[in-house]
Amino acid sequence: MATPPDPTPDTIVAARAALASGALTAEALVAGCLDRIARLDGTLGAFLATDPEGALATARDVDRRRAAGEPLGPLAGIPIAVKDQICTRGLATTAGSKILAGWVPPYDATAVARLRAADAVIIGKTNQDEFAMGSSNESSAFRPAKNPWALDRVPGGSSGGSAAAVAAGLALGALGTDTGGSVRQPASFCGLVGIKPTYGRVSRYGAIAYASSFDQIGPIARTAEDAALILAVIAGQDPLDATSLPTPAPLLPLGASLGGLRVGVPAEYLGDGVSPAVQAAVRQALAVFEDDGATVVPVSLPHTRYAIAVYYLLATAEASSNLARYDGLRYGHRTATPVGDIAELYARTRAEGFGPEVRRRIVLGTFALSAGYYDAYYERAQRVRTLIRRDFDRAFADVDVIATPTSPYVAFALGEKVADPLAMYLADVFTVPASLAGVAALSTPCGFEGGLPIGLQLIGPPLSEPRLLAAADAYQRLTDHHLRRPAPTPEAA
Amino acid sequence: MSSPRLALSDVAHLARLSRLALGPDELAALAHDLGAILDYVAELETVDVTDVPPMVHPLPFDAPLRADEAAPALPREVALAAAPAHDDQAFLVPRVL
Repeated sequence: MATPPDPTPDTIVAARAALASGALTAEALVAGCLDRIARLDGTLGAFLATDPEGALATARDVDRRRAAGEPLGPLAGIPIAVKDQICTRGLATTAGSKILAGWVPPYDATAVARLRAADAVIIGKTNQDEFAMGSSNESSAFRPAKNPWALDRVPGGSSGGSAAAVAAGLALGALGTDTGGSVRQPASFCGLVGIKPTYGRVSRYGAIAYASSFDQIGPIARTAEDAALILAVIAGQDPLDATSLPTPAPLLPLGASLGGLRVGVPAEYLGDGVSPAVQAAVRQALAVFEDDGATVVPVSLPHTRYAIAVYYLLATAEASSNLARYDGLRYGHRTATPVGDIAELYARTRAEGFGPEVRRRIVLGTFALSAGYYDAYYERAQRVRTLIRRDFDRAFADVDVIATPTSPYVAFALGEKVADPLAMYLADVFTVPASLAGVAALSTPCGFEGGLPIGLQLIGPPLSEPRLLAAADAYQRLTDHHLRRPAPTPEAA
Repeated sequence: MSSPRLALSDVAHLARLSRLALGPDELAALAHDLGAILDYVAELETVDVTDVPPMVHPLPFDAPLRADEAAPALPREVALAAAPAHDDQAFLVPRVL
């Protein structure tokens, strides 16, 4: 689609070059994003809060320090949006929920603190499914977000706002959280790169907990190189997160070819239920890999069919425990209805503050953990999780990466799946297994169906982000899907 | 064990355990939704998990320990700042017992 070229750089790499050469000031770059947010976000619903004063102050400071010849961090002046599931000191953080409406964290998540230390500009907090539970952004307590590629379509979820913001040029990169696919799937629906790091790669300190053995903060950006730049800043061990790994943050790989890469394609991921256009785009991507010297071989992940069931028992069980803290005592919503005792305070506060999907998952999780059912549901699911992990370990003995569609289909219509929770859960069928196994996975654009982006997922062993990013980067140098842009978003009336 | 049919009283019990005050319409809707989900997850019963341990952490990893030394914590006034009700010393709550 022919869009008049916009002189404003719309990747982090291009923006860094323009800032370094003096062609652009950080203040102008950030002001441009704030202007686009003001004009377009009424239509898109990507943001729940913005921080124009703070963002411009940071940008001006970066410009001043650059002019004075002072050293600057690797993301100096770059406007980054942060999912509202992630704590930002002094900036309202809601996790997309009324139970935290107006809550202002007294601390930054470690990932946010590291972005700030890299001189990034935190431009605002993005919209999401409530408490990261969803695949379409439709369960946000505040408003849905729209896909910039088609305004009647969902941007994906739960990090829908982050993906919509980057796709529409409202920020140059974003942080999301990925528990069962919530960075990769919206990246796929919005034509972007999204990474779910290896579990433990990025500190979860300050990421509002949904399912603690799955949650990871991950970058969403236009290119593999941009995503790698963000990951390099936020990754690395953190004393504030006991599950964070001691491996140093991955360094940016550049210009690798795909030669010698062994790519596995699991038959379980290409079959019934996958749109023919998605299958064709993924096969075309694999042909590009082979032309550049990769070998593509079939692999099998036989326990894939159990992944959704395992996920929706374990993640909801962990969520029922994690969300017990929202009790109206210390922060967030407290019921105004007069109550007789504290138990009634809890019950009314939580029923008022949580939306229907969150309530559903809490109750399901409570069931899975309850006396008489724990062994049959929770514990059994933990064992099947091990089998799913062993499938990946076996496959990675023979291949370096596994390639799959990120989603069985492109972005669906707003309202299409809200009436059927199970149908919504099945949207995650390709992203959930990597979350269960704790391995690294990313999504990169690989084609279009009816003008809507298709994502290719690359899954690798734990700590394989450098190879995954190199493969995605090499693929992007041979293709142009990631260069397409949606038509300009119409301004709200 | 086939998936249990969830009676309204079962869902009401789960709602109490979850500390959620839910009305009868929502309890009925939940019974329906949860029934469908439990039917779906019932397929896990067919998986052979003999001698398969539960997975607790994706990677074999010993969490590092730190020295047992007191360090500055969140100041009281910051901790109380977002409270719906406090008296500058503590959070104020309704009757517990």
